[in-house]
Amino acid sequence: MMEHVPISHVLIVTSAMFFIGAYGFLTRRNLVTMLIGVELMLNAVNINFVIFDRYLFPNQIEGHFFALFIIAIAAAEAAVAIAIFINLYRNIRSINVEEVDKMKY
Amino acid sequence: MSLNELMIMRHELVLVAAVLALLIIEIGMPEERKQKINVFAAIIAATVTIIGFLPADTGMLFGGMYSTDPLRMLMKNILNIGVFLIILQSVNWLRQDLYKDRSSEFYLLTFSSLIGVSYMISAGHFLMFYLGLELTTIPIAALASYEQFKSKSAEAGIKLILSSAFSSAILLFGISILYAANGDLYFESFQLSDSLINVLGFIFFFSGLAFKISVVPFHLWTADVYEGSPTNVTSYLSVISKGSSVFILTIVLFTLFRVIQPLWEDVLYATAILTMTIGNLFAIRQQNLKRFLAFSSIAQAGFIMLGIINGTSLGMTTVIYFVVIYVFSNLAAFGVLQTVGHASGKLTMDDYNGLYKTNPQLSLVMMLALFSLAGIPPLAGFFGKFFLFTAVAEKGYYTLLLIAVVNTVISLYYYLLVVKAMFINANENPIASFKSDYSMRISLVICVAGILITGFYSPVFEYIKYLCETF
Repeated sequence: MMEHVPISHVLIVTSAMFFIGAYGFLTRRNLVTMLIGVELMLNAVNINFVIFDRYLFPNQIEGHFFALFIIAIAAAEAAVAIAIFINLYRNIRSINVEEVDKMKY
Repeated sequence: MSLNELMIMRHELVLVAAVLALLIIEIGMPEERKQKINVFAAIIAATVTIIGFLPADTGMLFGGMYSTDPLRMLMKNILNIGVFLIILQSVNWLRQDLYKDRSSEFYLLTFSSLIGVSYMISAGHFLMFYLGLELTTIPIAALASYEQFKSKSAEAGIKLILSSAFSSAILLFGISILYAANGDLYFESFQLSDSLINVLGFIFFFSGLAFKISVVPFHLWTADVYEGSPTNVTSYLSVISKGSSVFILTIVLFTLFRVIQPLWEDVLYATAILTMTIGNLFAIRQQNLKRFLAFSSIAQAGFIMLGIINGTSLGMTTVIYFVVIYVFSNLAAFGVLQTVGHASGKLTMDDYNGLYKTNPQLSLVMMLALFSLAGIPPLAGFFGKFFLFTAVAEKGYYTLLLIAVVNTVISLYYYLLVVKAMFINANENPIASFKSDYSMRISLVICVAGILITGFYSPVFEYIKYLCETF
């Protein structure tokens, strides 16, 4: 039952997810893993929206809708990102960030 | 809902129709006549721009999800003109053998992105705002990696899509916090409670938008993406993408976050100083002109912040007026870069030595554009900057004003470096004379006319002022 789980616990989980995702995005060296980091951040936001609807505003469904739209957009973003990764791989035979350094001043 | 009501959404509907028309033309056109699509696209862009200027009703649609008023229409019209100019500039580049089979993709993605821009500006709900923002960026990331055989282009695409995904995740986290604190996402009824968590939400929200405007701690992607993308995509990024984000930031700060004005003034104060200074200092040491304009556009974003800090209708007027001038000046500069780059493949400052001897007209256009960006008196850029400074002075932030003026002087130095290279420096082996194509010339003439007219013709400023006062 949801009464047994206070909202603070859920918020700790989502905040942790968000910042783990951010940490992963900033430290990982593989482009696909970086994308996974971003997805983790977006999913943290999704849980946030759903949880706020459930606990704080039980009469509203705006949060649920927002989460659905975020899922769809994240899929579109991942599709474009992976298409570009493939294009990069064809060009330089690698998807390591360290090798994506043609432009430096 | 009657058809008349739906026509409030005219800008977006026309664009959707344009995208569909382009798709159908692309499918139906025989292979050997594919070149004609460039002409169609330019005509469609012109039509979209003109239809945008027709008078129309204002109001809200879909229960407040979409709202429009004369000011937002003006913003959309400014950006429509920008896209029209960019399309004129792209025609010759898209005619080369490598891209001519898929030139329609370029137009489709550009128009899709413009739909996103329009919806973002007209958003009446955080969801619409977010959808518009994403629709603006995702097609542009695909366009940034348009040159599929150049690894630089793919790099630019990757850097753009990853950093924009990261920034929109931050923005969404901010929106979710704001939702928790206020229980409402409609702009119309949104009431900021005095709970302290709103500050956290606002900071996240602002950081997400600051990525798009490339305000200084969030500017790291800018130079690389601008350098790697094809030049007309770069001009789209620096003019349309940045301009639309500035517009929506202004609207949101002035309406939703009006209650916490002291907070966002402080945030903007700090970021404006950082943005102007770092943008300028890095611009000095650039050799590649696309990188140079990238840092110059970061610095210009800092100047735009000055107008927003004012917080009154005067501040909003100066911001919009400055963006109008920025559109014309920046597009003129990028147009010259593009036509020279396309004819000779050269992009660095040293290559431009002695350009005046071989291509006097292009050098003159470039000079006017750079002078306008720097803010030299007879040109529009001067008035834009002058009004921004007035807005800051009226608020009483004299330290900030002083820093801004010092930064203008620094920027004058590096803009003049390019002018000096073109006019004074000798060169054994200058870029050969060439004739640019007609569409590029038309767009450059419009840009130059814009640079000259918006400064001298005061009704432009008066009109924007009137709209901002009634907003």
